[in-house]
Amino acid sequence: MEGHQLQHQAACMRKALFDQGYLDDQFLQLEDLEDEANPNFVEEVVKLYYSDSARFIRNIELTLDKNPFDFEKLDDIMHQFKGSSSSIGAKKLKTECTQFQEYCKIGNFEGCMRTFQEVKQEHAVLKKKLESYFQLARQAR
Amino acid sequence: MVPWFYLAGKMVIGSSKKVVADQIEEVRRICALVVDDDPLVRRIHGMLLARYGLETEAAENGKEAVDLFLSGKTFDLVLMDMEMPVMDGLQATQRLRGMGVSSMIVGVTARGLEAEKEAFMATGLDACWVKPLNAEAIISVLDELAKKLL
Repeated sequence: MEGHQLQHQAACMRKALFDQGYLDDQFLQLEDLEDEANPNFVEEVVKLYYSDSARFIRNIELTLDKNPFDFEKLDDIMHQFKGSSSSIGAKKLKTECTQFQEYCKIGNFEGCMRTFQEVKQEHAVLKKKLESYFQLARQAR
Repeated sequence: MVPWFYLAGKMVIGSSKKVVADQIEEVRRICALVVDDDPLVRRIHGMLLARYGLETEAAENGKEAVDLFLSGKTFDLVLMDMEMPVMDGLQATQRLRGMGVSSMIVGVTARGLEAEKEAFMATGLDACWVKPLNAEAIISVLDELAKKLL
């Protein structure tokens, strides 16, 4: 595929991530930090996020397995995970994290379990979309 | 981006370090310490500060930050996360101020609750922001730092 076609495709993919609510302005902030010295800064940061966020998800799973439920601990872990997700502009994911925290505050176990599945799904979906985008963006350069 | 320099009592914005250095004997880069247990935040905030010409170091918790100052290092600016293991931002800030550290210390927190920000400010912060910081926030912090250093 010609270079300009690839560039156009990458631009459309990028636009869709924002239009469909997956990303917010924080992602733009990261893009602004890319320069000649750090041309892959955004991809580097996203990779760092996904390698680090796996432990948050694991810790939530372990805490959800324990009885009795520790809603305070769950809220605390999810708060950290939400903060990390905010750092890469993961808008939809941030919303799901907030919903999970709301259920923690009212002590709703089923709500927590249900929302956590949404969190994991959004986390995985965003990862796939960003990987595809970065691969295309690299080809387009 | 144009780097900032601290030079003989003045904050200098120089298009060329050589041009600025030719005019003065001593040039010092502004130094910042990013204190956060989240490696992602350390990377992003470090990059943001480096973009504006600051030399940056990082610490994973408040104790590491305190230890850096105790080792004799100095920083013009500290970005201090509130919640960290080992020693949190509140304890670290209190400790640094108790040691006589007069660096600009800016708290960063993922929680936007006013009561928590006020408690953090009361430990001796110069400002407190919700993270992640963006370019606008960094410029605001550096504007205040420039006033402090001039």
